[in-house]
Amino acid sequence: MLRPDLAAIAEMIEPNTRVLDVGCGDGALLEHLKQTRNVDGRGIELSQQNVNHCVARGLSVLQGDADADLAEYPSQAFDVVILSQTIQATRAPAKVLENLLRIGRRTIVSFPNFGHWRVRLSLLFNGQMPRTRALDYAWYDTPNIHLCTIRDFTRMASQSGAQIEKALALSATGTTPIRADAFGPNLMAEGAIFLMNRRGGAAWGPIAGRAGSS
Amino acid sequence: MAQTANPTFLRPVSEPEADTGKAITFSTPLALDCGRTLAPVTIAYMTYGTLNAARSNAILICHALTGDQFVASRHPLTGKPGWWDIMVGPGKPIDTDRFFVICTNVIGGCMGSTGPASTDPDTGKPYGLDFPVVTIRDMVRAQAMLIDALGIEKLLCVTGGSMGGMQVLQWAASYPHRIVTAVPIATGARHSAQNIAFHEVGRQAIMADPDWNGGEYYGSAQPAKGLAVARMAAHITYLSEAALQRKFGRELQDRDQISFGFGQDFQVESYLHHQGMTFVDRFDANSYLYITRAMDYFDLAGDYNGILADAFRDTKARFCLISFTSDWLFPTPENKRIAHALNATAANVSFVEIESDKGHDAFLLDEPEMLATVRGFLNAAANGIA
Repeated sequence: MLRPDLAAIAEMIEPNTRVLDVGCGDGALLEHLKQTRNVDGRGIELSQQNVNHCVARGLSVLQGDADADLAEYPSQAFDVVILSQTIQATRAPAKVLENLLRIGRRTIVSFPNFGHWRVRLSLLFNGQMPRTRALDYAWYDTPNIHLCTIRDFTRMASQSGAQIEKALALSATGTTPIRADAFGPNLMAEGAIFLMNRRGGAAWGPIAGRAGSS
Repeated sequence: MAQTANPTFLRPVSEPEADTGKAITFSTPLALDCGRTLAPVTIAYMTYGTLNAARSNAILICHALTGDQFVASRHPLTGKPGWWDIMVGPGKPIDTDRFFVICTNVIGGCMGSTGPASTDPDTGKPYGLDFPVVTIRDMVRAQAMLIDALGIEKLLCVTGGSMGGMQVLQWAASYPHRIVTAVPIATGARHSAQNIAFHEVGRQAIMADPDWNGGEYYGSAQPAKGLAVARMAAHITYLSEAALQRKFGRELQDRDQISFGFGQDFQVESYLHHQGMTFVDRFDANSYLYITRAMDYFDLAGDYNGILADAFRDTKARFCLISFTSDWLFPTPENKRIAHALNATAANVSFVEIESDKGHDAFLLDEPEMLATVRGFLNAAANGIA
């Protein structure tokens, strides 16, 4: 079974497209996309063991990381570039997003929402750096060095020239569309998935609203 | 026209039971990069396993600078196990129960393929320095002649480390439609200035030996001292500082204290001397000159206006590149550069950097993660083909 956030990402991928999964882990999403959507997939992954898993699955994966390796990829080389649950662990998130938008015609980024009410309450009442189900690390050994809220990410995305085509809030119960001006998700969502492109494409609000069809 | 016979070696076979393999001789001239032609051309080779009916399970293994065709069987001159025994054999990652493995001695070599010690048909004497300077591409051309002669249209995989990896890259560039997968290990798409510099030290050591005699020493003593020094210098580059320190440290050799002289006080000195001495028993000094030169001249991008990606423009092969953290001869960035060039052409490429403190030589050693990578990659690639 695919992790729910990965399943939600998979739903956004058109069949027969070229996909780059940055931080592809053991290749579960790539393999799923290959099998169910005939996707021509590539991956980048930090852990050598995970790369080995991917290679043994017949996937093409480069050992590397988003900060160092994305610059080497040609522009518009992929239909979709995915960065799931990784941007908060990169050294230069804005640079990474810029590269993602350059490499892919579309970019999907998912991340944990530091604006979630549990995080806020944890800091408010405990006076310590929050530890939640999604972010279960002590402040001194966390790989998540650039945490952000949904609102933070939205701002950076627009500064990077990204057009947001669709945004989903992630919670334990599933995904719900986020509207551009909505206040709720930044408080209620544990994480978010953004589908973006660099230019062209539709503006955020209406598309997301239609996609949600609720 | 081609004729197959037993290979002839520079030295007598010391292991009568060892399989000496075959040697195929082509009378058709081989056109070389230097503008000259080579004829006849003999290619000595070993095969392991069985070619299937569809001829789809052949794997070509390319050897490194001082390697040879005895990749997975006892060496007929030294009696040592195959140089990649850990990787190739029944049940091994390159499984000879499943795959048909071919390994050739490169042209310019000294284990039965045409090289500087071979007889020059024009003079009836050994070529010596009249042997044309060959390139990695020439070596690969010669291999392709053998693959043709074996009736194999497409290789399931071409693999090799170091100079072997250079040949793999050249295969992908020269014969993009004839390989299904490629596994270049601990290699580069060009020889770096530092690597050329080390090779030049080795060549000068050989040429400074009076026994070298301008390359005309066949029939008399070979320049053993020069060749041994070349090997000693090169051997240091195959290891890492950490590996040398761990293996030898400052331990003394057969003595309790330093001798205040220039004998082999330290174990590391004794080790290098041993490496040099055993090497001259199985290698030809002129071959060492020619093959190091072939590596120095290798610059794959140079053949494509400096754009490495263009070398791989037509490839449909799937690549798996492997480097080692402590390899300073062909460091990770050199390997990764190849991966990025392949990516730029939308090729199918995987890249793994293996954690090891054993230096460049790690590709020849029992590195479980390397073995697992190759096994997994080949299994996935051969699925449904072989």
